[in-house]
Amino acid sequence: MSDTLQTASLEADFDRVIERHDRIEPRDWMPEKYRATLVRQVAQHAHSEIIGMQPEGNWITRAPSLRRKAILLAKVQDEAGHGLYLYSACETLGVTRAELTEKLIAGKQKYSSIFNYPTLSYADVGTIGWLVDGAAICNQVPLCRTSYGPYGRAMNRICKEESFHQRQGFELLLTMMSGTDAQRAMVQESVDRFWWPALMMFGPPDVESPNTAQSMAWRIKRDTNDDLRQKFVDMSVPQAQALGVTLPDAELRWNEERGHYDFTQPDWDEFMAVVKGSGPCNAQRIAHRKRALDEGAWVREAATAFARSQREDAS
Amino acid sequence: MDDLDLDHESVYDGLLGGDSSQWAFGTDFEDPLAGVDTMIPAGVDGAALAAYCLMLGDDALIYAHRLSEWTSNAPDLEDDIALANIALDLLGQARLLLARAAAADASVVPQMPEGSPVPPEDALAFFRDEHAFRNMGYVEALNGDFAVTIVRLLLFSSHRLALLQRLATSVDPVLSAIAAKGVKEVTYHRDYAGRWFVTLAGGTEESRRRLVAGLRTVWPTYAELSRSTQVETLASEQRFGVDPAVLTEEVDAVVDHVLAMAALERPDLPPSGTGPMGRIGRHTEEMGHLLAEMQVVARAHPLGKW
Repeated sequence: MSDTLQTASLEADFDRVIERHDRIEPRDWMPEKYRATLVRQVAQHAHSEIIGMQPEGNWITRAPSLRRKAILLAKVQDEAGHGLYLYSACETLGVTRAELTEKLIAGKQKYSSIFNYPTLSYADVGTIGWLVDGAAICNQVPLCRTSYGPYGRAMNRICKEESFHQRQGFELLLTMMSGTDAQRAMVQESVDRFWWPALMMFGPPDVESPNTAQSMAWRIKRDTNDDLRQKFVDMSVPQAQALGVTLPDAELRWNEERGHYDFTQPDWDEFMAVVKGSGPCNAQRIAHRKRALDEGAWVREAATAFARSQREDAS
Repeated sequence: MDDLDLDHESVYDGLLGGDSSQWAFGTDFEDPLAGVDTMIPAGVDGAALAAYCLMLGDDALIYAHRLSEWTSNAPDLEDDIALANIALDLLGQARLLLARAAAADASVVPQMPEGSPVPPEDALAFFRDEHAFRNMGYVEALNGDFAVTIVRLLLFSSHRLALLQRLATSVDPVLSAIAAKGVKEVTYHRDYAGRWFVTLAGGTEESRRRLVAGLRTVWPTYAELSRSTQVETLASEQRFGVDPAVLTEEVDAVVDHVLAMAALERPDLPPSGTGPMGRIGRHTEEMGHLLAEMQVVARAHPLGKW
């Protein structure tokens, strides 16, 4: 059988697996473009977890109660754990954590733009839990059924923990809303800042999303950006009402005919600028990651050298 | 989701096991000692018990603060997770110990404005002034590089493990339960630090050089861990606490063992300082900055709910 024929037969097998909604596993044959798309998506997700540690980590040493400090520290620790699972899932596709991190530092791979916005008050810890983790969950729950096995299984666990974080964030805001006027104002100001960037987390409108169609066909992605965004808005409006905060969109209203809330699109020019590197914290986030990596290089080298010497001693 | 909720509340699991015949620990997040009989045992001086709990609680709180500064800054993700874990354990110990201090002697708790919902352990952590903190200067020091951090953690956790092991037999059932739970945690902290200590010693030339430098930085402060105050002497006499001076030999043996595994000698450096300064409220210059950061949000909202 010629190479071309063999590839055609492998590709047909692959397509059948996808069609049956079965999972592709690391040792299975897969089209190169499927592999590349997955690496891009899973790496971007892993980087988001790791960069996402920074804006919330910013408040660990200033958390205003011992209980909140423990909750926040545990949450940021969970994010490091999520990064680990996802880098591991990525490694099953033939790339190493170090290679991926290098690409992140070099700006060749992206992370979620939301983390390029600063955290300016303790309420932001709650808002990130409620809106940002909430948006992340909308994006991620469908991925538990994604076609690539290791990614789907990692997402299963991550989604459970993210749901917990979202409820913790909401609970922090709810508690603050029952506190002083200054605390209520702090919550409102935070929601005002994070609403639009949260809407942007679903990516550009479908008509401008170049990768959506192929990713949906391969079941790497399971819903369109606009569908997920709508779902998020529909979910958030009653939650905002329960909290007693106003979402900063004068056009936000229930549309009986559609059975959904109508809402204003975020500023997509701002989104593109932030994606391209001009957000308020892009440079800072990468510089922080790079510094940690550079400062830790001698430790990682020591661990490698020590493990090697132990193996040599043993043999 | 229920299994997850349990995961996150497991901080209190250790308190539920063991000898719980005389009291039951609550698992309510709001009050760390909910459901616990906080009556002071016969023969124990409440003020001394509170002062002693503040010492151990403040050590844990301030050291947790320092270790939490590693978050997103560690050499690898695994160490980010491990150091956060250690900080979380110490934070949990701090919360229980400060709550115990407040329950033993309410007069140690700073007075809050009327109507303030701030619980006593938070009032102690966030509304006390620097001179009222009773932690050792040892835990205030800046982290330094990873080698300094590992050396400091090794010495601290070796000492604290020996201390908690004895404290598990305290006549105060609350302290005894907190200690029993802490033993499991700090055993891991010591293992983590010990493994890295040996790894850095046997890794590369640079890691060995940095480890030796770290050892020389931290070593002069090691003696502070075993300096006793009158409070600790009294705690030992009344059998609710441990005099750190009696731990010296045991802790030295552990440290010497790790040094031997790393093929290193004890540095020939004299101890710094003369008395138990931090324990009587005289701190290092770093402490003010640390507290300014730790307390800033809480102090801006004395009537706030979090």
